Amino acid sequence: MKSFATFGNELYTGERSYEFVGKRKVWFGIMGILVLLSILFPLLGGGFNFGIDFRGGSQFTISDVAHKDVSIGEKAVEAAAPGTVAVVTNIAGMTMQVQTDRLSDNDTLKVKDALKEAYGVTEDHITSTYVGPSWGQDVSRQAIIGFIVFVLLATVLMALYFRTWRMSIAAVVGLLVVMVVTAGVYGASNFEVTPSAIIGFLTILSYSLYDTVVVFDKIRENTADITKSTRRTFAEEVNLAVNQTLVRSINTMMVAVLPVGSILFIGALLLGAGTLRDLSLALFIGIIVSTFSTIFVAAPLYSWLREREPELAAQAKKVRQHRATAAAATADAV
Amino acid sequence: MARTGPTSTARRTLLWLAAIIIACTLAVGGGVLAGATTWAPKLGLDLEGGTQMILAPKVEGAGNITSEQLDQAVSIIRQRVDGSGVSEAQISTEGGRNVVVSMPGKPTDEERDLIKASANMSFRPVIATTGVASGAVAEADRTAEANLPVPTAAPVDASDINWVDAALFKEFEATSCIAPLTDRPTTSDPAKPIVSCEPETGVKYILGPVEIPGKWIKNATYGLAAGANGATTNQWSVNLTLEKPEGADAFKAVTQRLNSKYLINANDPQARFAIVLDDSVISAPSSMAVITDGQSSITGQFTEASAKSLADKLKFGSLPISFEIQSEVQISATLGLQQLEMGLLAGLIGLLLVVVYSLFQYRALGIVTILSLVIAGVLTYLAIVLLGWAENYRLSLAGVAGIIVAIGQTADSFIVYFERVRDELRDGRGLVAAVENGWGRAKRTILASKAVNILASLVLYFVSVGSVKGFAFTLGLTAVADLIVVFMFTHPTLQLLARTKFFGEGHAFSGLDPKQLGAIPLYRGAGRLRTQQETLEVVKGKNARAAGEAERRQTIAERRLAAKESQMAGTSAAKAAQPESSDDSKENN
Repeated sequence: MKSFATFGNELYTGERSYEFVGKRKVWFGIMGILVLLSILFPLLGGGFNFGIDFRGGSQFTISDVAHKDVSIGEKAVEAAAPGTVAVVTNIAGMTMQVQTDRLSDNDTLKVKDALKEAYGVTEDHITSTYVGPSWGQDVSRQAIIGFIVFVLLATVLMALYFRTWRMSIAAVVGLLVVMVVTAGVYGASNFEVTPSAIIGFLTILSYSLYDTVVVFDKIRENTADITKSTRRTFAEEVNLAVNQTLVRSINTMMVAVLPVGSILFIGALLLGAGTLRDLSLALFIGIIVSTFSTIFVAAPLYSWLREREPELAAQAKKVRQHRATAAAATADAV
Repeated sequence: MARTGPTSTARRTLLWLAAIIIACTLAVGGGVLAGATTWAPKLGLDLEGGTQMILAPKVEGAGNITSEQLDQAVSIIRQRVDGSGVSEAQISTEGGRNVVVSMPGKPTDEERDLIKASANMSFRPVIATTGVASGAVAEADRTAEANLPVPTAAPVDASDINWVDAALFKEFEATSCIAPLTDRPTTSDPAKPIVSCEPETGVKYILGPVEIPGKWIKNATYGLAAGANGATTNQWSVNLTLEKPEGADAFKAVTQRLNSKYLINANDPQARFAIVLDDSVISAPSSMAVITDGQSSITGQFTEASAKSLADKLKFGSLPISFEIQSEVQISATLGLQQLEMGLLAGLIGLLLVVVYSLFQYRALGIVTILSLVIAGVLTYLAIVLLGWAENYRLSLAGVAGIIVAIGQTADSFIVYFERVRDELRDGRGLVAAVENGWGRAKRTILASKAVNILASLVLYFVSVGSVKGFAFTLGLTAVADLIVVFMFTHPTLQLLARTKFFGEGHAFSGLDPKQLGAIPLYRGAGRLRTQQETLEVVKGKNARAAGEAERRQTIAERRLAAKESQMAGTSAAKAAQPESSDDSKENN
């Protein structure tokens, strides 16, 4: 604790400083590679593993089964709807999941009854889902519309609040990196993309920008009177702001990730596939990537977008002159 | 004293918050006592078990469906579902395109077909009617087998009494059109006569085979009827246009036949035709004229609303909309309960981890975080119960996940605030001043970042479909609860705590110990102030940069104040609590 507080103090004063802005080429390079991998992996690995809601089909979840035998389920499906391929899995504990190709909604109910008989459970232990072929498209189309509308509105909101569109641009680029990398992890790990995962993605949108706004607000504060200062260059002030909010970034990430992690843990371990697991998985990855993206992409990018403005370049020159004079003065004194 | 201002404001704010919570609790408590609601939030289908169908309307031939037509479709589905005795079914439209039907339990095959079927509108001639609201004929009074009507010849037209055979007449006697209603089918063979009720009046009918199918209705409007001389009367009427040529021709034949009966006896039931929707009569006007051009107007005891309603139904009936099941989920109560339990367990673990982390990071200040989270939780809970009561809002699993995710984002407001206060302490301010200054800065950040969150949940709520909506809703709700808590609880509480000995003197476990934060305070309690000498030492010392930063960030007012204070050392120093914003900080070149 004490060391963490000291760490915070040193970051605040600038005594300890990480070169988030100065070494931006390195960070951009690493992020660029990550983004590239995130695009390449799903492409080479055969794309995303879309869940039943996107493919269309039927899914059954049977709770508290007597036997975890997979063949029971396969036989029951074959008997109820001949020629249907069924994937039967034991998702967690005594819970079985059966997925089939598109059955008609009537056949779905027939298979449901057959599975109920086969596993010897009562009506209130079996859940069936029938998804028409266009439902997933509906969900994803709406999600994409939501994404675009949100990004546009948030860009305007941030531009108005910060009074510079460059912060909006930097924040949105940071956001895109988060989306691509999170999607890449999904593609690479072959996790199923379900509507719940989409909800998770949409939440990351909100979280990522939220995180960036907090850091940018500090940058705005530190650089408010930059042209009148000879203490630090613009890039240095940005870097100081990121360092000063680093403790907050770490604490926020921890506090956000802890509940999500517990949903992920419970969802994956005790419930198996389902809303909780899919949602929290996307969030878990997204929150961590968001924190890094704000620090390593959005903030350095903002600095890069602004520091070549003539006024700021002149200020940077002034700072360097000032330092040279100060150094010379010290040297004289010695 | 300067310190009474913020203190009494803080107390007042806390009292307001308490008043809000008590008022909401009393409202819910009153609702529970009155039996209108329960203490537990209403649960969605995925937690309670039940069936949810998402239906996409399909219009035969034509492309798009208007939102008015969709609303009509929903009201028709609602009538069908309610009529079939499924209790508590909720039917709503979503995104202007889909219809969502949620019901507890599992629908029968008939109920599912009923929901999917297209609206079944047609015109049938009246053969016989009771003329008044009628229940079933008492068993003892029913016509004896021997006396039941037997057709004497094949029916010559749709109004012919020869359509009525023994079976139909028995059904007619046994049917009740007043409560308790007899369950009747909603689709039947258009070529056969039926027994039907007019739900609005409870009148019972025997109707002939379909003469005009709904698809021949071209349009229906309503307005004030024109009188004999062309002037507008103050009687509402429904104007009906039929498709040419088949609709108009068929209607001409029908009205010719019915009108001849009307001219003989204006009260002859056989002079009337019934407009039938899903085998229920919605109106049964007499044919007062022969309609040759397919343009007719229906007059009667209409109000503007009833005329509009009939016109809407006629218009809808002309579009044979059926529904395609997009997604049908039947969730077992067991799985729902299991998911709810697991969700709550996950939330509890998450909360516990956050609590431990806050205590570890912020020590005693962590308790403020925990209390704030608890209050945010109470507010969210009350809002959900109240919304469940007023708006029938139901908490879904995605909603529960939204709340759990919100724990972290809510706690972040406190982190942003506390870190700002710590920064102010590092600058060497006293706690009271640090809280005020830190809040001034943190407030802006919190408002800006929460605006992003609320924007996201609004966009998601209005654009999205399915479970995304429930999630967006709770996420937005918790963001608002968070703002209320930060403004009305966390900040006032910290204002008050800053004046306690434990926090004010920076106890090692307060989480706000200036020594740990590497700062030498301006004001160190007991009337001691930082002297000019000490300030210089500080600048030279280890924390040179920190102090420099602090000085740089001082406002003119603060600097003047500091100067004045050093002159008047020993007097009250609480005036250091000057609000500061970055905009007026001047460089100290």
